[in-house]
Amino acid sequence: MTEDIHVEALENVLTEPAAAFKHDYLEIRDLKVVFDGFVAVDGVDLTVTSGDLRFLIGPNGAGKTTLVDAVTGLAPAAGSVRFGGVELLGRSSHRIARSGVGRTFQTASVFEELTVLQNLDIAAGAGRKLRTLLRRRTSVPTEVEAALETIGLGKVAHLPAGVLAHGQKQWLEIGMLLVQNAHVLLLDEPVAGMSQAEREQTGLLLQRIGQQRTVVVVEHDMEFMRTYASSVTVMHQGKVLAEGSVSEVTEDERVIEVYLGSRSHGRGTAVIENGETK
Amino acid sequence: MNPALKTWAGFGGAAVLLFAVAPAALSDFRLNLLAKFLCLAMVAVGIGFAWGRGGMLVLGQGVFFGLGGYLMAMHMKLADAGPGGVPDFMLLYGNGVLPGWWEPMRSPVVTVLAILVLPAALALVLGYAVFRRRVRGAYFAILSQALAAAFALLLIGQQTVTGGTNGLNGFRSFFGYDLADPLNKQTLYYICAGVLLAMVAGVRLLMNSRYGELLVAVRDQENRVRFLGYDPALIKAGAYALAACFAAVGGALFTPVAGIISPADVGVVPSISLLIGVAIGGRATLLGPVIGSIAVSWAETGLSERFPSIWTYFLGGLFIVVVAFLPNGLASLTFRRRPSPATGKQTQPATSVDLPATSGGHP
Repeated sequence: MTEDIHVEALENVLTEPAAAFKHDYLEIRDLKVVFDGFVAVDGVDLTVTSGDLRFLIGPNGAGKTTLVDAVTGLAPAAGSVRFGGVELLGRSSHRIARSGVGRTFQTASVFEELTVLQNLDIAAGAGRKLRTLLRRRTSVPTEVEAALETIGLGKVAHLPAGVLAHGQKQWLEIGMLLVQNAHVLLLDEPVAGMSQAEREQTGLLLQRIGQQRTVVVVEHDMEFMRTYASSVTVMHQGKVLAEGSVSEVTEDERVIEVYLGSRSHGRGTAVIENGETK
Repeated sequence: MNPALKTWAGFGGAAVLLFAVAPAALSDFRLNLLAKFLCLAMVAVGIGFAWGRGGMLVLGQGVFFGLGGYLMAMHMKLADAGPGGVPDFMLLYGNGVLPGWWEPMRSPVVTVLAILVLPAALALVLGYAVFRRRVRGAYFAILSQALAAAFALLLIGQQTVTGGTNGLNGFRSFFGYDLADPLNKQTLYYICAGVLLAMVAGVRLLMNSRYGELLVAVRDQENRVRFLGYDPALIKAGAYALAACFAAVGGALFTPVAGIISPADVGVVPSISLLIGVAIGGRATLLGPVIGSIAVSWAETGLSERFPSIWTYFLGGLFIVVVAFLPNGLASLTFRRRPSPATGKQTQPATSVDLPATSGGHP
């Protein structure tokens, strides 16, 4: 890592007053996703408000990523997903994104041939007019500049994103969500493959973003979840199994059972505390 | 050297070559041949943009080339026939009544506008409909090729209004200028050279614009672009429309230069050979498609004059070698240049994508 994340610099990105986000909340009601008869998400209700850093956990195949796919228009779903009073289901993905919902993918999907700066510039530009699009970029937009500093990629701004280290790519993804001005950030395993130091920085960054915006993190890393989550939703077999604070959830009998497969071994809490999930 | 300076140097060099060296060195016959190649190179510029930058394997550019060519041919036939006249072949094969949709092409202004707008609009609508359904890759390639085959069949079938297999030919004048005059033929060459250079310059500007960056982003990570709030279908359709417009202009100029436009120029085979030049030259570069296309056309003429039976094998072999060993075309051999990481910060904001695959754009 050449540079670290600067959480303080984030203040320049999150310039809008927190009050503007006060009434933001993501409201999912009776969401159902069926693939060829297989029910991947089965009647999920979920409400996440701004100022909350919600972790979505669960064993493999619990439907976490499918839930994110459904919210962002990638998977066909029934039910209701509302944000800021607007129904998102049935809209095309790019319209959902324009309504303020941003997401990342499990595998970092930055534009590898474009530079870090170009990646951020594209993320910031969905609202640009054709006239602007057809011209070359003459200056760096201020929000892009601020995001570069926040995610600690200022020194590599002119390198192709493809040469970045794995952790840096994940940070670039978060930076893109910020300049995209997403009000809801859906992050799919943002710290997978990161070193301990990078995890800590990312956690702090997400906490700060979560104070203002609506953040949902799909994560497998229990340790990371315990340290940074303000609330947790546990999914299992397409349903919400438990919801609450970190301690409430980790002490929940059903959650322990799901994570251990069987209670007979009787050391569920210990395992979760050790950060093992699989 | 500064990339921008390099580009302009290359551009100036090409202009000297096209406007001074070629007319002086080549006979009238060869110059006319070169003009023909330049028209095909215009199609290649569009293919390079849509395929190299936008990732759309456009296998049916013959359709738009043909649309442009036939629109121009219609106007020239009508102009030759005189006011109120009917083209000769209609008297020969048909009942001698001019169909209503031929009538607007009497006007030179309408013709030029139609050439610039119609194929592009068709590509925009068609492209948007196809890309919205997330048809891409080989499926899109097959679709575009089927379109070329259908278009050629349609032209052949409607002999009374399109001239059938013979196409449209026997033009005497081009916007009032006698085509038998060698001087006018030469002027036509200059027009082709100028248009081609303008197209290359336009693509260069587009490649460096925000739209150009966005197009590369769509090519590599379409879904990611979608989740940033853009409609990738529209972005791709735009590039497809531009390629269609370039192909149509190429076709429109090809018709007076070659003196004929026929279904043999618009079907599957010509559509593929247009693409081969681009692949060989280097599809993602600026000049690769142009040079590749001209080189292939030139080699085709030269080799097929001497060894008529070998040419197809040679072209096929070259295509296989290039695709297998130089996926980015011959341009990656000559222009390979990797930006050194150390210079990353000091240079001006990255306005061009300086990567091996694309660096050939700065000759």
